[in-house]
Amino acid sequence: MRDSDDNTSPGRRQFLQCMAWAGAGTLWLMQGGVLRAQALTGQGARDAADASFAFVQISDSHIGFHKAPNMDVASTLRASLAMVNAQKVRPDFLLHTGDLTHLSRPDEFDALAGIMQEARVDKTFYVPGEHDVIGDNGAEFFRRFGERQQAGGWYSFDHRGVHFVGLINVLNLKAGGLGSLGADQLAWLKMDLAPLSASTPLVVFAHMPLWSLYPEWGWGTDDSAEAMGLLRRFGSVSVLNGHIHQIQQKVEGNITFYTARSTAYPQPAPGVGPAPGPMKDVPPEALHRYLGIREVRHVRGSQPLALTDEVLS
Amino acid sequence: MKALRYAAIMSMLCLCCGVAMPAVAATTDAAPKAKAAGTQVEIRNFAFAPNTMTVAVGTRVVWTNRDEEPHVVTSAGKQFASSPALDTSDTYAVTFTRPGTYAYYCSIHPMMVGTIIVQ
Ligand SMILES: [Cu+2]
Repeated sequence: MRDSDDNTSPGRRQFLQCMAWAGAGTLWLMQGGVLRAQALTGQGARDAADASFAFVQISDSHIGFHKAPNMDVASTLRASLAMVNAQKVRPDFLLHTGDLTHLSRPDEFDALAGIMQEARVDKTFYVPGEHDVIGDNGAEFFRRFGERQQAGGWYSFDHRGVHFVGLINVLNLKAGGLGSLGADQLAWLKMDLAPLSASTPLVVFAHMPLWSLYPEWGWGTDDSAEAMGLLRRFGSVSVLNGHIHQIQQKVEGNITFYTARSTAYPQPAPGVGPAPGPMKDVPPEALHRYLGIREVRHVRGSQPLALTDEVLS
Repeated sequence: MKALRYAAIMSMLCLCCGVAMPAVAATTDAAPKAKAAGTQVEIRNFAFAPNTMTVAVGTRVVWTNRDEEPHVVTSAGKQFASSPALDTSDTYAVTFTRPGTYAYYCSIHPMMVGTIIVQ
């Protein structure tokens, strides 16, 4: 399967959804801006051997949720971390792209922090989801999981030649709108990227999709186009999001957008059913096929990142 | 193609999502047993129903969340206090004592908007 333009064709979009739903692990290889999907086989092992480093994205653990289709989201998060621990190549760090908790409650944050200690990684980077900032604009989230670089909570770091940017798009949301970055964050992003050469590989991550994935369900960010304008000059940009509890992807020039599975429960494909709530009819024995983690390998000297999405079973 | 068959199966499953499940019983600290007195707004499928409501001065409006997803009732112009996170079956009540148009939304799903007109 090749992907060289946007995601507007319903047929192609449907096919990608199928890949996510099919349950078998899918290896994403991004080569020269072209994405290829393969089943998880020996190919993955070969690429792992070549990789300079790997990191893993997890998302939407929703600690505190206890309804159909998942009465025990702590267990499925644990299973996800066990999968991280079982990777052949030890990831340098984890990215958690938000909705750590379901209701922003202190006991939920406590439980999440405790479970995350089971991951055998040196460091986990977090960005909040809208479920993590209820009632206090994220004060508790940032106190526990923030990087404390900027007052607004956004941050960046460099890792082995790759520039990572963590953005916040779940605060100060306007009535009738989508996710929001805001003028302050965009001004900071411009300054943050200014000194970088266009050949620096970028990984940008935030909770809500940074592209207009399905605005009817709020799946997008109002001012994402301004951020993309700042990213366009770079040769390799990977944008990682959570929020929609399923894999969707899109290529726009040198920018490739990916959303991740949840470790807690799946949500329906865009426009399927009346609303984007949990897919509560997934039978327990099938649930693991909808949940999972994403491993990303960066191969030094070649721009593409290799993404591997793995389901829990 | 095998993958397309999965899509077909999943589409069928999703159609079932619209069938309401009995909500898990939950109490609320916001407005326990508010049902008896007040005008109801249901929150269902990420929408406020009725979306716009006209009430008399002094009316107690009670929102009840029927979704599995939490929602937060928030005044668009800070005209009344925001609800806490409303989990499934939680309710929140506001008594409107002055005439006016009160636009509100869900602070975590901002595409959810509603209006209370107080006369
Ligand atoms: Cu909401």
